[in-house]
Amino acid sequence: MSQSAYVSRQVISKAGFREGTKPLLSRLDIELTERCNNNCLHCYINLPQDDLEAKNKELSTDEIKNILKEAVSLGCLTVRFTGGEPLLRADFEELYLFARRLGLKVLLFTNATLITGHLAELFFRIPPLEKIEVSVYGMKKTSYEAVTRAPGSFEAAFRGINLLLEKHIPFVVKGALLPSNKVEIGEFENWAVTSIGMDNPPSYAMFFDLRCRRETKKNELIKSLRVSSEEGLKVLIREQDKYLKGMREFCSKFARPGGDLLFTCGAGCDGGCVDAYGNFQACMMLRHPRTVYDLKNGSLRDGLTNFFPVMREMRTDSREYLIRCACCFLKGLCEQCPAKSWMEYGTIDTPVKYLCEIAHSQARFLGLLNDGEKAWEIRDWKERIGKFMGKKAYS
Amino acid sequence: MEKKLVLESIFAPSEDVVAREIQGEFLIIPITSGIAESDEEIFTLNETARVVWNNLDGKRTLRALIDKLSVEFDSPAAEIENEVCGFTEELLKRKMLIEVKRG
Repeated sequence: MSQSAYVSRQVISKAGFREGTKPLLSRLDIELTERCNNNCLHCYINLPQDDLEAKNKELSTDEIKNILKEAVSLGCLTVRFTGGEPLLRADFEELYLFARRLGLKVLLFTNATLITGHLAELFFRIPPLEKIEVSVYGMKKTSYEAVTRAPGSFEAAFRGINLLLEKHIPFVVKGALLPSNKVEIGEFENWAVTSIGMDNPPSYAMFFDLRCRRETKKNELIKSLRVSSEEGLKVLIREQDKYLKGMREFCSKFARPGGDLLFTCGAGCDGGCVDAYGNFQACMMLRHPRTVYDLKNGSLRDGLTNFFPVMREMRTDSREYLIRCACCFLKGLCEQCPAKSWMEYGTIDTPVKYLCEIAHSQARFLGLLNDGEKAWEIRDWKERIGKFMGKKAYS
Repeated sequence: MEKKLVLESIFAPSEDVVAREIQGEFLIIPITSGIAESDEEIFTLNETARVVWNNLDGKRTLRALIDKLSVEFDSPAAEIENEVCGFTEELLKRKMLIEVKRG
C-alpha cells in the first residue's frame, strides 16, 4: 500500500529517533542472563548455563516487566535482549510478548542454538521489528565447536538458523575471527550473502574485549586469541575503498584530542544497559562500581537525568592518560574509553596499549602517521587529517 | 468493488497494533505480521489522523464522531465526513482498525 495523506510508513533505525527529537530514553539493552549454553573461548561475559548462583541473582520476570514499562514511559522504542544467551531464560517468550505488546521493537542477540519451531513461529506471527542478530563461530563442526566448546552446538545453531530461514524471519549473522575459523572467512561471507541474503558482508569480532567482570585467568586466554594490530588491519582493509570512505567520514567527525574528559562517546545520553542483576550502566561494557546505578533502589529516569550526566563529567588526573590519550588526535579512531580501561586494568583512565597499537596501525596505513611516530606527540594533526580528506586543512 | 462505509458503524483500534506518542510523534506500531509491508516498518499518523484515531473508541458511531468533530473544529459536517471516512477506510485496509459489532 502506498503512502497516504493520513499515514506514513517509517523505518526507524536501531540508532533510534532522528537527531533533535530524541526522547529521554530511545533505546535500552537488557542482559537477560550472563549464562550461556555455549562456552566460547573469547567471550567477555558468559557463565555456565547451570550456574545456579548467577541464575538466582537474575532479575525476576516482574522486575524486567517493570523496567520495560518504565522504559516505554520514557519514550523508548527499541529494547535489545542480549546475554549470555537470552533464550536460556524460561520466561523469554513471556518477556518478548510483553515488550512487543507495549509497542517496543525487540532486537534479539542470540547464538540461535535454542531457536525452536515454536519460537520461529512466534517471530513470524509477532515480528520483532528488528533483524535478529545471530553469532556464528564457524562453518564446520570442528571449527565451530573449537570455539564454543559445546558438543552439538554446531548442529543446533544451523538448525535454528534454518528455522528462521524457513519462516522468512529477517536476521543477520556476525562472525568472530578465531584461530579455528580464520581460514573460513571467504566461505562464511559467501554463505552469509547467498544463503542468508544479507545486503552487506557480515561484521567480525576480532579485537576481543576482556572479561567484563575482570577474571585474570580467562583474560590471559582472550589476550592470546586477539589478532595483532597488523593482522586486524588486513581484515579491515579487505574492501579498501569502502574502508577509506568510512575512515574519511569518521575522521572528519571524530579525529581530535579528547582532553581530560573521560566520556567522549554518547554513553548514557539517551540509552543504557541493564545487566542481569538490575544494575543500570551507561554502556554494556562499563561495570566500574563508580559508573553503575542500582536500579533496584532507583529508576531509569533517575539514572538518566541525575546519575549518568554527573558521571559523564568525570575528568582524569592520570599522568599517563594526560600525556597520551588527552593529547592524541587518534582518540576518536582508537576505542580507548572508560569501559575498555575497566576491562583491561580495572580503572577508568588507563590507556589501553592494545587499542593504541590498533589505532596507530590504522593511522600509518591511512598516511596520518609515519613509522615510529606517536600520535599524541603530533602537533600538525589538523593538516594531516585535512590532507587525508583531500583538503588543505582540517578545521 | 469496495464496500462503502456505513455511518452507523462503530470502529476501534485493532489489538494487532499499539499506538504510542513519542516526542510529539504519533506512532502506530504493528504487533502482528501482515500489517506492515516490511518486517521493520512502523507508521506515523498526521494531525487529522491522530484526532480521528483518538476518537475511535469502539463506542461511538462514525456519524456521532463526525458530528462531534464538526462542532469541535467548527467545520462543515461534509468536510469532516470526507476526512473521517477516508482515514477509516485506509486503516481498515491496513488492518489497524476493526469494526465493533453491536451487542
